[in-house]
Amino acid sequence: MGTDKSAAASPDSYRSGPDQHGHFGIFGGRFVAETLMPLILELEAAYNDANHDSSFQADFDYYAAHYIGRPSPLYLAHSLTNQFGGAKIYFKRDELNHTGAHKINNTLGQILLARRMGKTRIIAETGAGQHGVAAATVCALFDLPCVIYMGKTDIERQSPNVFRMKLLGAEVIPVESGTGTLKDAMNEALRDWVANVEDTFYIIGTVAGPHPYPAMVRDFQSVIGREVREQILKAEGRLPDMLVACIGGGSNAMGLFHPFLDEDLRIIGVEAGGLGLDTDKHAASLTGGVPGVLHGNRTYLLQDEDGQIIDAHSISAGLDYPGIGPEHSWLHESNRVEYVSVTDAEALDAFQLCCQGEGIIPALEPSHALAHVAKIAPDMAPEDIIVMNMCGRGDKDVFTVAAALGVAL
Amino acid sequence: MSQAGGNSRLEQCFMDLSVAGRGGLVTFITAGDPDPDSSFELLRRLPAAGADLIELGMPFSDPMADGPAIQSASQRALSAGASMVRTLDMVARFRADDKKTPIILMGYYNPIHRYGPARFVNDAMQVGVDGVIIVDLPPEEDEELCHPALTAGLHWIRLVTPTTGDARLPLVLKNTSGFVYYVSIAGITGTRSAAASTIDKAIKHLRRHTDLPLAVGFGINTPEQVAEITGIADAAVVGSALVTEIAANLDTKGKAMPRLADNACALVSRLAEGTR
Repeated sequence: MGTDKSAAASPDSYRSGPDQHGHFGIFGGRFVAETLMPLILELEAAYNDANHDSSFQADFDYYAAHYIGRPSPLYLAHSLTNQFGGAKIYFKRDELNHTGAHKINNTLGQILLARRMGKTRIIAETGAGQHGVAAATVCALFDLPCVIYMGKTDIERQSPNVFRMKLLGAEVIPVESGTGTLKDAMNEALRDWVANVEDTFYIIGTVAGPHPYPAMVRDFQSVIGREVREQILKAEGRLPDMLVACIGGGSNAMGLFHPFLDEDLRIIGVEAGGLGLDTDKHAASLTGGVPGVLHGNRTYLLQDEDGQIIDAHSISAGLDYPGIGPEHSWLHESNRVEYVSVTDAEALDAFQLCCQGEGIIPALEPSHALAHVAKIAPDMAPEDIIVMNMCGRGDKDVFTVAAALGVAL
Repeated sequence: MSQAGGNSRLEQCFMDLSVAGRGGLVTFITAGDPDPDSSFELLRRLPAAGADLIELGMPFSDPMADGPAIQSASQRALSAGASMVRTLDMVARFRADDKKTPIILMGYYNPIHRYGPARFVNDAMQVGVDGVIIVDLPPEEDEELCHPALTAGLHWIRLVTPTTGDARLPLVLKNTSGFVYYVSIAGITGTRSAAASTIDKAIKHLRRHTDLPLAVGFGINTPEQVAEITGIADAAVVGSALVTEIAANLDTKGKAMPRLADNACALVSRLAEGTR
C-alpha cells in the first residue's frame, strides 16, 4: 500500500521534496478529477522549464525589486525586544510589499508563468481578500482578465478588499455554496478551471492544491527566507536561533522556513486557535485535525468522523482554512518544525502591543506569530535571535479589531 | 468471499443489454437525499422504473466536480444525517431484494480515506456494491484504493474526459474495469451539453482503444438525449436531471413531499423510453 513512506524517517535533507509525484512523505500528491490532470501535468512541465530559464528568474527579480519593492527590510524590533526582556526580535517586513502582504510574491511568479504558457484568463480564490487583491494587481499590471472567487460570508466581512479588487479591474464572484468561505471559494475556482481548460490559469494563493502548486508557491515565497539569510548575516554575522511565522495554508511560513530547513535552528509555525482547541471554533489543522484529501492534496484537515470537512474559525480571515499545505504536514510528522496555536484573544493582545510598541499595525495573521513570540522570547537569552515574519499589514483588519474591542467606528 | 465468479453482475448487465440490442440507462442519485427513507424508497424502485444500472452518490461536503444540483443533493443528505455507514447499509437493504441491478458507488476520496480504504473495500464487497467511481483519484494515485478494490473484485470505473489526450489514454484505461465513463464536456455536472456529433467522434475514437462498454454522462437530461447517446454508446448516465426532480418534490422546509418517489420514477421511465 505504500502509505507509511514518511513514518518519521529523518531524511538527508528537508529541502529535497517533493518527489516526482508531488509527494512530501505521504502528503501532497495530485488528487484531482481527470479533466484537470492533463492541465496539472502541463503546468508542472512549464514550471520546470521556467525554473531552468534564467530569463524567467530575471523577470521575477526585476518586478520583485521595482514593482513589489523587494527586498523588504529586516527590522530589529527594539521596543518589543526590551519589553519582553529576552531574545532579540527581528521582523521580516513583508507587510511593506506593494499590496501590503507577502501574497504578491506568489502572484507575480504565477502570472509570469501564465504569460509564458500563453494563458489569457486568470482565476483565483480568496478568503480575506489579500490574495485576491494581489492577483487582481498583477492582472492589472499585465492586462489580463481576472475572476476572483470569494465566499459570500467573506465578502460581507472584507468589503474594503472586495472594492479594491474591483478597482483593479477584477470581477469578484460571490460563492454561496457550502458556508461561503475560503474552502468553498477554492471549490468554485476549481469548477471554473474544469470548465475553462483551454485559456485559463488558476493562481492558487497558498502552498496547497495539487502538485506542483505546493512546491511552486513555496519557491516563489522563498524569496522571503533567502533575503532573511543575507540580511541577518549582515546584521548579526550569524543565522538566527529561531524562526516564527503564522500559518493558515502556510505560504508565508514555507517561504521563510524553506531556505533554513537544513540549518541548526528552531522553527515554529503558529496556527489559529480561534476560541481554543477545546472548542469546535478554530483553524488549527495540524494540532486539531487528521490527515485527509481535499483540494488536490493529502494533508491534515479539520473533518468529522465521516470525512466531511468542518468549517474553520479564526478572527483572522486569512487563517480561516480547514487545511494546511502538505509540506507543513510532512514537516510536522518529521518533527522538523514545531507547530503551536494561538487563540483569537491572544492574537488581539499582540496586535495592540505591536501597534503601540513598534508603531506598526500588523495584520491579524502575523499577530498570531507575535503572540507566540511574546510567550517564548522572555525565557530566551538576550543574545538569542528570533526572526518573525511580519507577513501583512493590518489596515484591512481595523474594522474586525474595532468590533472585537467593542469600539463603534 | 462474495467475489464475482464468472461474469460479474456488471458484466452480465452489459451482456444482457447487448442481447436485447439496446443501450442502458444509468441513473444517479445521492444516498440519503433528501432523507434516508425517501432515498431508499426511490433507490428500491429505480430498476422497475427503467434504470439498468444505478450510481449511488456518497455525499461529500466539498464536491468539486459537481454543479449546483448535485452539490445541493449532498448538502441535503448530510443535513439529514447521511454517512458512509448509512450509504453502505442502504446498498445492503437494496441488495436483499435485488440481486441483478449493478450498483456503482460514486464520490470523492476523503470520506473513504477517513473510513479506511481497506475497510471500505471489504464492506462494499460485503453489501453487494459492484464498482466505484472516485472522481479525485486519477491513475497517478492508484496505489491505495484502486489496486485493493480490483484485487477484491470491485470494478474500478474511470472517467475519460475531452482533455484526456491519446498519450494519456492508455494510462487511464489500464486499471479501468466494468465500463468506461466518458465525460462528454470539460466542465462540472449539470451545466452544459455536448453536441451528439462531438460525442460520436469521441466514442468511436475510444472504441479503438478499449473493448470495455462505454457510458456517457454530463449534460444528459431528456429522453431524446438518452436515445441519441444510447445510439452512440453502450449507456447514458442521467444525474443532475433526476436530482433536480427530487429537489422539485420538496416542500418549503425541504422535506420530501408524498409523491417524490412517484414523480422521480416517472421521470426515469420517460428517460428509459429513450433506450428502447
